Amino acid sequence: MTSATSPVVSTAGERRRIGSLAWHVGALLVLAVVLYPVIWVLGASFKPSKDIIASLDLLPTKPVWANFSGLADGISGISIGNFFTNSLMYAGLAVVGVVISSSLTAYAFAKIRFAGRNLLFTLMIGTLLLPYHVLLIPQYVLFRNLGYIDTLVPLVAGKFLATEAFFVFLMVQFMRGLPRELDEAAKLDGCGHLRTYWSIVLPLSRPAIITSAIFTFINAWNDFMGPLIYLNTPSKYTVSLGLMMFRDQEGISNYGSMIAMSLVALVPVVAFFMAFQRYLIDGMATSGLKG
Amino acid sequence: MTLVKEAPARPAQKRSAAPVAGRRGRRRENLAGYLFMSPWIAGFLLLTAGPMIASLYYAFTSYNLFTPPKWVGLDNFTTMFQDPRWQKSVEVTLKYVVVATPLKLLLALGVALLLAQKRRGQSLYRAAFYMPSLIGASVSVGFVWRALFSDNAVVDRTQKVFGLDVGGWIGNPDYVLYALVALSIWQFGAPMVIFLAGLKQVPQELYEAAEMDGAGPFRRFWNITLPMISPVLFFNVLLESIHAFQVFGSAYVVSDTRCGPADATLVYTCYLYQKGFKEAQMGFASAMAWTLVIAVALVTAVLFWSQKKWVHYEEAAK
Repeated sequence: MTSATSPVVSTAGERRRIGSLAWHVGALLVLAVVLYPVIWVLGASFKPSKDIIASLDLLPTKPVWANFSGLADGISGISIGNFFTNSLMYAGLAVVGVVISSSLTAYAFAKIRFAGRNLLFTLMIGTLLLPYHVLLIPQYVLFRNLGYIDTLVPLVAGKFLATEAFFVFLMVQFMRGLPRELDEAAKLDGCGHLRTYWSIVLPLSRPAIITSAIFTFINAWNDFMGPLIYLNTPSKYTVSLGLMMFRDQEGISNYGSMIAMSLVALVPVVAFFMAFQRYLIDGMATSGLKG
Repeated sequence: MTLVKEAPARPAQKRSAAPVAGRRGRRRENLAGYLFMSPWIAGFLLLTAGPMIASLYYAFTSYNLFTPPKWVGLDNFTTMFQDPRWQKSVEVTLKYVVVATPLKLLLALGVALLLAQKRRGQSLYRAAFYMPSLIGASVSVGFVWRALFSDNAVVDRTQKVFGLDVGGWIGNPDYVLYALVALSIWQFGAPMVIFLAGLKQVPQELYEAAEMDGAGPFRRFWNITLPMISPVLFFNVLLESIHAFQVFGSAYVVSDTRCGPADATLVYTCYLYQKGFKEAQMGFASAMAWTLVIAVALVTAVLFWSQKKWVHYEEAAK
């Protein structure tokens, strides 16, 4: 019996191997195109300024450190570290704000039955589709009248007030998936909502909370329009605005430092992504599927 | 512009909660609910509902931040519709939405189909394809794009090999918008991941049955895969087109801060920014913002209306 089937098995196996090879070739080709800009910036950061645009080589022929050491001088008297500190402050506060306010709100939607819950939930979801730009001008006027221009307050206030509806939604979905028996048991044991939230629901919702925290960090780090509108003093600029300053002041003459700074600015995002990509990707996928 | 993805509107599910004893218990639950969500309520009133009303009012005023708003009726809207730069910004934005969204989704679906096959290193590929979606919104990548698409740089030289000499895309008003389109397509990771999750939910038996009936790969894709993932496709079309309407950062950074040359990348929000924050015409900018809200609402409504025709939900199939 084995002798009769073995030739069939081997051709099928061969076909599978060819299919697998074709698959990998195809996937690698797409990957090469997709990652080209990333590898390019890595290579360019080690090229002399004059070669960066003109040279077709992906990697530098003679790597130079000048671009990175040039960064130590900073831009018009402001050190690079200053921009990074500002961005870290912004992103850190944003994470704290989103995690606290969104998880509290999500708990209310997922675990407490109160009058008007469905209406409020619909309103909250509705804000997801609202173009942010319609709020931009009145919010600017509001914060200007309150005297908060050129501070981080306008950038992070919304995070502490759960206006990032996507994260509330993500956490609601997650908390609804937790077994009801747990919080019902807690209630029977005499736990109030605060206790149930803090010692049962919050620890169990860790995946949703980590996802929200990482997305918040990355969004704040990449945010450009917010700082552009609210921050005026260069020493308060975030990395995004620092990069724009670089562009305006150094221009083509110092392309190398600009590219090196661009690369350095990407490091936190890429590092976070590498560390948490499983959470992020799964969080992204489930948010699109469950309604 | 942001990576934040939105979800379709669905009312809260009704679930039987533990019976709450009596009116006092119910009142206590109400109080607890409102206390827990007080941050959101404050945020909604202060940063969403209030500003919406304010901007609706500003839209009918002339307001420069320094003197109180002056009621001008529909003037902002009539000026806006006759403004050639506003018309240009609408044209640029529509072109961007119509070209970038389908191409991005096509690539996302193609790669998702590739990755849906069980192969070694699958999750590594998935992560690598997703990465541009996270860094794509940064100023850094805007600079990289400028460098790649400028005169005599990589893209320019590559196309010269094929005899296509258009110079750099960045400086050419006919091409610069397509550099932005390319940047948008490059960030296909987020819709791809959603497609992948949808593909995983298609029951394998359907394919096996179809194969036995002699259906080829194309037929199987058209008659099984596509209908089965149509809810996910709908979700992606909705989100990506809404996002495309609101593109700002890449246009601002890639095509110099004036969204040029020759207003070639003057996307809607870029003009809104110029009017509001450069020229301090807050009334005009508010009128623009409300027009955008109406446009986005219309697109959403049309998509929701159209889904009856092409989106198959499992409940409906049964």
